[in-house]
Amino acid sequence: MHIMEGFLPSPWWQVWFLVSLPFIIIGLYQINKLVQEKREALPLLAVAGAFVFVLSSLKLPSFNGSCSHPTGTGLGAVLFGPCIAAVLGLIVLVFQAVFLAHGGITTLGANVFSMGIAGPAVAYLIYKVGTRAGANTYATVFVAAALADLATYVVTSVQLALAFPGTAGFLGAFSAFAAIFAVTQVPLAIIEGAVIMLVFKYIVQLKPEILTRLNLLSESTIKKLQEAAA
Amino acid sequence: MKHGMEIAVAALIIVFAAVFLFQDAAIRASLGEGEEAWGGADGAAADLIEASGYEPWIEPFWAPPSGEVESLLFALQAAIGAVIIGYVFGYWRASRKTA
Repeated sequence: MHIMEGFLPSPWWQVWFLVSLPFIIIGLYQINKLVQEKREALPLLAVAGAFVFVLSSLKLPSFNGSCSHPTGTGLGAVLFGPCIAAVLGLIVLVFQAVFLAHGGITTLGANVFSMGIAGPAVAYLIYKVGTRAGANTYATVFVAAALADLATYVVTSVQLALAFPGTAGFLGAFSAFAAIFAVTQVPLAIIEGAVIMLVFKYIVQLKPEILTRLNLLSESTIKKLQEAAA
Repeated sequence: MKHGMEIAVAALIIVFAAVFLFQDAAIRASLGEGEEAWGGADGAAADLIEASGYEPWIEPFWAPPSGEVESLLFALQAAIGAVIIGYVFGYWRASRKTA
């Protein structure tokens, strides 16, 4: 999903910076609040950020002869919401842009939007709707994380199609970019969903009190989940 | 089942690896001389854009000088993340046992 350095012409790179900026500001404000009011959740925030570090460094071969990487932002989004996930995504994207020439400084705004905001927003909404509807918690986390991964790559395709409609127009360009990004991503999204579901299970087992503190799961749901695993 | 989810995830990863090995054999058989499969999707998108005549207007100010240095930095990125995850989960597990 990384749009390489210099691959977004003006005005698009500025537009995506402006779109992403408010989410980052709200995210920093929310982290600040977390530090002051719910300090015990900080190790969980570190885990969510570390997860993005690990998963986004793994370039996995898909079925169609090209490689891509999962994003790992689904966990942070489910636990802390899309704005904090945007800050986590920003940290990783800066690391990759500066040290790896992977992505870029001018395309940072666009990449933060796809990986840090759009994907996590999808995960967050699915988790909220799923838990409210009483769906199985782990299944909800799986779907949320998998679709967050996929949404990230769909949004990247949209961003590139907007900037490079070419002769085929927006829809034609979108299907060309989506063929590269989104199709490759389908199996990786499923793997990412499964891995994040597993990590969520371990959090429920090891530190359930943080999940109730963050108003993510009720005590009765946690009890049920722990009994099912025992 | 106690480890039902672990088994399911492991099975999924095995299927993923099997599909890769199967596809890799098929793709290699059809490759011409000097062609290489399994490139990155990011690069493929950049190639598609450059094919339309677009030139990137700015270059990265620093890029890893070789594939080896690049894989070092990617491994470092993964290692930083893995250390944090392992530390926190180990800390939680141990403090649960002593509590």
